Amino acid sequence: MIDFTINNQKVSAQPGWTVLETARYYGIDIPTLCYHESVKPSGACRLCMVELKEGDWSKLVASCIYPVQEGIDVHTETERVNNVRRWIFEMLLATCPASEEIREMAARYGVVSTQMPVHDPDQNCMVCGLCARVCEEVVGLSAIAVMDRGVHKKIGSPFLRPTDVCVACGCCVSVCPTGAMQSIFDTVRGKPAMEMTQLAV
Amino acid sequence: MSNVSEALKIEDWRLTSAEDLKALQKQILSGRDPNRPEIVVCHGTGCLANGSEKVSDALRTALADAGIEAKVMPGIKTTGCQGFCSRGPLVLIRPGGLFYQRVKPKDATEIIEKTLLKGEPVKRLLYKDPASGDTILNEQDIPFYKLQERVVLHNIGKIDPTDIADTIAAGGYQALAKALAGMTAEQVVEHIEQSGLRGRGGAGFPTGRKWRSALKAIETKGRPVYVVVNGDEGDPGAFMDRTIMEGDPHAVLEGLILGAYALGAEKGYMYVRAEYPLAIKHLEVAMVQARELGLLGENILNSGFSFDVRINRGAGAFVCGESTALFTSIEGKPGNPRPKYVRSVEEGLWGRPTILNNVETWANIPLIIGKGPDWYKKLGVPHSTGTKVFSLVGKVNNVGLVEVPMGVPVSAIVEDIGGGVPGGQPFKAVQTGGPSGGCIPYSLKDTAVDFDSLTKAGSMMGSGAMIVMDEGDCVVDVGRYFLRFLEEESCGKCLPCRLGLSRMREILDNFSRGRGSEQDIEDLISLAQAVQDGALCALGSSAPNPVLTTLRYFKDEYLAHVNNQTCPAGVCKELITYTIDPGLCTGCTSCARQCPNNCISGRKKEPHTIDTDQCIRCGICRETCKFDAVRVS
Repeated sequence: MIDFTINNQKVSAQPGWTVLETARYYGIDIPTLCYHESVKPSGACRLCMVELKEGDWSKLVASCIYPVQEGIDVHTETERVNNVRRWIFEMLLATCPASEEIREMAARYGVVSTQMPVHDPDQNCMVCGLCARVCEEVVGLSAIAVMDRGVHKKIGSPFLRPTDVCVACGCCVSVCPTGAMQSIFDTVRGKPAMEMTQLAV
Repeated sequence: MSNVSEALKIEDWRLTSAEDLKALQKQILSGRDPNRPEIVVCHGTGCLANGSEKVSDALRTALADAGIEAKVMPGIKTTGCQGFCSRGPLVLIRPGGLFYQRVKPKDATEIIEKTLLKGEPVKRLLYKDPASGDTILNEQDIPFYKLQERVVLHNIGKIDPTDIADTIAAGGYQALAKALAGMTAEQVVEHIEQSGLRGRGGAGFPTGRKWRSALKAIETKGRPVYVVVNGDEGDPGAFMDRTIMEGDPHAVLEGLILGAYALGAEKGYMYVRAEYPLAIKHLEVAMVQARELGLLGENILNSGFSFDVRINRGAGAFVCGESTALFTSIEGKPGNPRPKYVRSVEEGLWGRPTILNNVETWANIPLIIGKGPDWYKKLGVPHSTGTKVFSLVGKVNNVGLVEVPMGVPVSAIVEDIGGGVPGGQPFKAVQTGGPSGGCIPYSLKDTAVDFDSLTKAGSMMGSGAMIVMDEGDCVVDVGRYFLRFLEEESCGKCLPCRLGLSRMREILDNFSRGRGSEQDIEDLISLAQAVQDGALCALGSSAPNPVLTTLRYFKDEYLAHVNNQTCPAGVCKELITYTIDPGLCTGCTSCARQCPNNCISGRKKEPHTIDTDQCIRCGICRETCKFDAVRVS
C-alpha cells in the first residue's frame, strides 16, 4: 500500500492507482468531465487539477493521470486549484452553452455565469474526446475521432463523412459528459439512430 | 560530392579504426595547399534567398573566363550560414578572411580580377562599421564576429556541408572514433555529466542527468531504446538549429551516434520540420556519406557497435516540438502531447526509454567527448556551461546568428555584437525564448544570459531567439502577436490552452482598441495564472509568459491603453492618428501619391493634410516622407 495525504487526511492506495482513484475511494470530491473508469485517462479537461505541496514549493497536476507516490501531500481546494477550476467552468459555459449538464455542474462549484464571449449558443460539445476513446478502447472501432487542432478541434467520423464502421452501439452517447453526442451520433452514420438499430438487429 | 572527394575516391574508403580515420584526414589535408586561394560563398538559407546561388555561379563563370592556370586555381566553396544574415549574400576570400557583403552576381568579375589577380580589395563591397564609420577588411576584425566565441558553430562557414571530406579534414568524427576505441558507454555518460551541459531546447535540463536516468530505466525495462534529435524548431525568429543542420550536419549526426553508443541504442530518429528542406537535404547527404565511410550503420569503425538513423519530417505543427507530441507524431498519430508524469527517458518513443535532445545539444556532444569535460566547463558560467547560439532579430543593426559563452550580459549581445537599435536609441526590451519566453527590459540590460538568471528575470533561455524591440514596438501588440501564434498552434487537447489563450488574446484585442478596464488587467493575470497552472504541456503552461513579463515591466503602457485610450508606441491602429506637421512638410506630394486610400490632399510645395476620418493608419505616408513631417499621436 502507498500512504500519503489528501487535504491532510491520511489515505492508502494500491500501487498503480491514480490520485483521483484514491480520492474517489475515500469519497473526496474532485470534479471531472473527460474521465471514465472504462478507458485510459487522458487529462484533457483539466477540471481534476490538484495541488501537490512540498515545503514552500508546490505544483498543480491532473489527478486523473497522476500516479500515487509515497508521502505526497495533495490538496484539492486551494486558491490555485480553485482559480483553475473557476476559469475552466467559465470557459465551458462559453464554449458549450447549450449543455444542461455543464450548467448544473458549474453551478455546483459556484460558477453561474461567464465573462467569456459565447460564439455558438447551440454548441454543447467541449471536445474532451471521451467518446472517441471509448469507441477505440472499449468498442475497438474508432468510427469517430478527434480531428483538427486548436480552436478548430472537433469530434466526428473520418473526413466528417458518414461511415459504416459505426455499429450504432451508442457507447459514445452514454459516456458523453455534456450530452453533445446525441446530436453528433446521427451524423456519424448519416442515418437516424433508430433506423440503424433496426438494421443491426 | 565535390571534386576533392572524387579525387580522393573517398567511396573506396571504408574506415575500420580510429587510425584509418586519422590516415584519411591526413591524406585529405596533404592534398590541400593551405595557401591556395579559396572563395567562400555563404549558402545559408538567408543568403540563398538573397541570391547567393547566382553569386557563386557568376564567380565560377568569371573564374573560368579569367583563364587562371590550374596550379594556382582558386576553389569556390559554398558553406552553411556564416551568420551575418542582414549583410548577405556574403563572400569571403581565404586565406586572410577578406569579407565582402551584399555581393551581387555582377560583382563577380571584379572580385576575380581585382582581388584574386591583383590582390586589391573591392572597396564598395567591404563592411563599414556604422558605429565608427571605419571600413573593415577582414571578417575577424568586424565587431559582429570579433566579440563572438564560435564553438558549436566553429565549422559553419568554413566547411562545405555536403562534402564529408571537408568535415573529416576539420576533425569531424574524431570524437566518435575516440569513444569507440577507448571509452566505455559509462564513461561517455560521465563525460556529459561532468561537462555540465544543459539542454539547448529551452528548459535547460541537465543532459547528463537525462542520459543517466535513461540508463537507469534501461536496467528495468531493457532494450530497444531510442535516441532522437528534435529539429522541429518553430519559435518565430529562431533559426539556430536550422543553421547547424544546414551548415554542419555531421556534428549533429556524430553527437547522435555518440548518444546511441552511450545508451546502446540501435536506432535513432531526426525529427526535422518539413519547412527546412535544405537542412533535410544536407542531413540526408551526410547520412549517406557517413554510411559509405563506415561511420554509420553496421559495425561502426569495426567496433561491433551498429546504429542507424532515419529522418522524420514534421508536417508543420509547432506543438510537435514538444517532446511527447513529437513522439506521437513519429509514431504516426496526431501530434498531441501526453502528460509527462512518467518521463520520456522511461516511456518515450513507442513506449520505450528514449533520449530526446535538441539539435544544438547534440552538436555539443562531440566537442565534449573530443576535448574533454574540463575544457568544456571552462566555457560559460558554473551552472550554465558552454556557449549558446542565438538568432538576433528585430530592431537591431546586425541581424544574424551569434554564439557567445553563457553568462554574458544581454547588452553585450544586443549592443556590442548586434550594434544596437538602428537610429542609436537604447532598446526597449529583448524578447528571449520566443512565444514561451518573456521580455527583458532595458533597465535589466546587464542581466546575465544564462538559464537561471533569465528565469529569475521572468523570461527563459528558450531555444535562442532574441527579438529586439525599440520604442516603436507596443507591448500589447507583441502580446497579441504571440498569443495569436500559440492559439493557432495549440493542439487543442486541453481546455486552458485551447480556450484560455483565445480569451487572453481577446482581452488584449480589446486593449488595443482602447476598451477594457483595470479590472480586465486583473482578470488577465488571473486567467494567465490558470493557464500556466492548468495546461497539459509546456506550450500552454509557458504561453502566458510574454504577457506576464510585459505586465511586470511595462504595466504603464497597458494602463495607457485602457485608461487613456492611447498607444504610447503608436502601433495600435484604433488609438492613433496620423497628422502632417505643416512646419516640416515641403509639399513634395510623395505621401499623397503613395496613400492607398487617397486621403492626403494639398497643393504642390504647400503643406499637405490627412483626412483622419478616411485614414486607414497604414503608415505608408510616414515611411515615404523624407522630411519626417508625418506624426503619430
